[in-house]
Amino acid sequence: MSRDEILSVDRLTMRFGGIVAVQDLSFAAERKKITALIGPNGAGKTTVFNCITGFYKPSDGTIRLAHDDGKVIALERLNDFRIAKQAKVARTFQNIRLFPGMTALENLMVAQHNALMRASGFTLLGLIGAPGYRDAEKRAIGLATDWLRRVNLLDRADDAAGNFAYGDQRRLEIARAMCTEPALLCLDEPAAGLNARESAALSELLLSIRNELGTSILLIEHDMSVVMEISDHIVVMDHGVKIAEGSPREVRDDPKVIAAYLGTDEEEAVAVMEGGS
Amino acid sequence: MDYFAQQLINGLVLGSIYGLIAIGYTMVYGIVGMINFAHGDVFMIGGFVALITFVLLISTGLTAIPVILLVVLLVSMAITALYGWTIERIAYRPLRHSFRLAPMLSAIGMSFVLTNYSQVAQGARVKPIPPFITGGYTLHESQDGFVIQLSNIQIMVVVTTIVLLAIFTWLVSRTRLGRDMRACEQDQTMAALLGVNVDRTISMTFVIGAALAAVAGLMYLLYYGLVDFFMGFVAGIKAFTAAVLGGIGSLPGAMLGGLAIGLIETFWSAYFSVEYKDVAAFSILIVVLIFMPTGLLGRPEVEKV
Repeated sequence: MSRDEILSVDRLTMRFGGIVAVQDLSFAAERKKITALIGPNGAGKTTVFNCITGFYKPSDGTIRLAHDDGKVIALERLNDFRIAKQAKVARTFQNIRLFPGMTALENLMVAQHNALMRASGFTLLGLIGAPGYRDAEKRAIGLATDWLRRVNLLDRADDAAGNFAYGDQRRLEIARAMCTEPALLCLDEPAAGLNARESAALSELLLSIRNELGTSILLIEHDMSVVMEISDHIVVMDHGVKIAEGSPREVRDDPKVIAAYLGTDEEEAVAVMEGGS
Repeated sequence: MDYFAQQLINGLVLGSIYGLIAIGYTMVYGIVGMINFAHGDVFMIGGFVALITFVLLISTGLTAIPVILLVVLLVSMAITALYGWTIERIAYRPLRHSFRLAPMLSAIGMSFVLTNYSQVAQGARVKPIPPFITGGYTLHESQDGFVIQLSNIQIMVVVTTIVLLAIFTWLVSRTRLGRDMRACEQDQTMAALLGVNVDRTISMTFVIGAALAAVAGLMYLLYYGLVDFFMGFVAGIKAFTAAVLGGIGSLPGAMLGGLAIGLIETFWSAYFSVEYKDVAAFSILIVVLIFMPTGLLGRPEVEKV
């Protein structure tokens, strides 16, 4: 894989019994760029995410992640907490999965578990307040505060996350994922259920993550206003295979993509487009 | 009135011991959703380890009682915690992703293993120790000669419980480990995705629960002056009842339930009959559960989607 690629999916296949959810899928996500994975419902996008984050073991194919320091990780061989700890991949789900009974600040602190574990030397030193650990905890609170400010929730730091409005919970989830200090941030439909104003704020947040922090983002999204505005590269899937990829402009004009979304034959779609324009 | 006050003191002491055991039940239920039926036997192991440590220390000629108590406390907590860790590792973890009843059956089996292992290793006879902590205070003496006694051992049991509860509350609400435990309780998958080692966090839950049960075992040994291999069964059932009464999964609930069971038992014995004290405790549990199915402080179960 080339230096500019952070994630390289090669001939990924995922079968569940006789059903092929993803077939021979290959694509790459560039470093410090936003890559979107789009396609109609049931196209296999979330299955790809689940393979990347260790929920599924792919039936075939490889998923390689290259850190900035050149270290390459075989993601299909990792699972569980190692995805966050070793691979530095963070992810959110379609539904909100905050810890509802914990405060916003605590949610962000849990995400810094590994930094705090390192500081306490993987022992109970942290519990009795060793000085190195105190500093680490201060830093962790600093980072969490910084993220709460970015997502405009600083004044509600000590409220239970479950009591937040839907849009606030969405932003808090992204903040929490970012607190793991990931190399790759995977977002599964972050704009689902947001109104137009909240979607615009989300786009702005994701762009600032890319531009200011240089974090690479892989995104599944149905809200085309968000996808087209922020994506650097788009991969389109349908029925488990890749049907197109390219810049937002290229993808928007691709007849295969339109056909997939409108549910018609390619020829018909072309006819529709030509007739319409 | 004096009689009442004396029973109140006795009930609170007994309730403290139940509460310490109940915390272990409720914590494990909260984080892995299973009832650890072997927990009562972990309490029994704690009592035996304390007894053995006492005998060993005294045979070395040590006479300073505070030092002996402290060493016994730490040793029995450490060794019993090791038991708790081992039980989880060999009997529960391999079954964690199995069907729901599997770990529970395994827990019942573990309970038998521990009971029989202690019987074989330590004998079936009741093991008494001479009273270590003697003396106390007479709080009040009425005209008809009834005295309210507060013994030193009673003070020690209650003070130790309060101190442990304070440390434990701090641990759960303010430390990294406590945050991780609460996160795993609410969503293990998400906690793992944020880098939390869920297996290790669950292990720590068992370790802490076992350490608290060890303290309860030591208190029981000092208060009643005896241990036997079967004491974990009844105490375990009572503490489990306490956890359910308080609302299983709720930590303050476990302590409150423990105190409630202790008080009910003591008052029933004092005013009605000793033989029926267990009947009273369990009857009240049934009545509470009919009107408050989630216990005194429990949250209603919300089906996760």
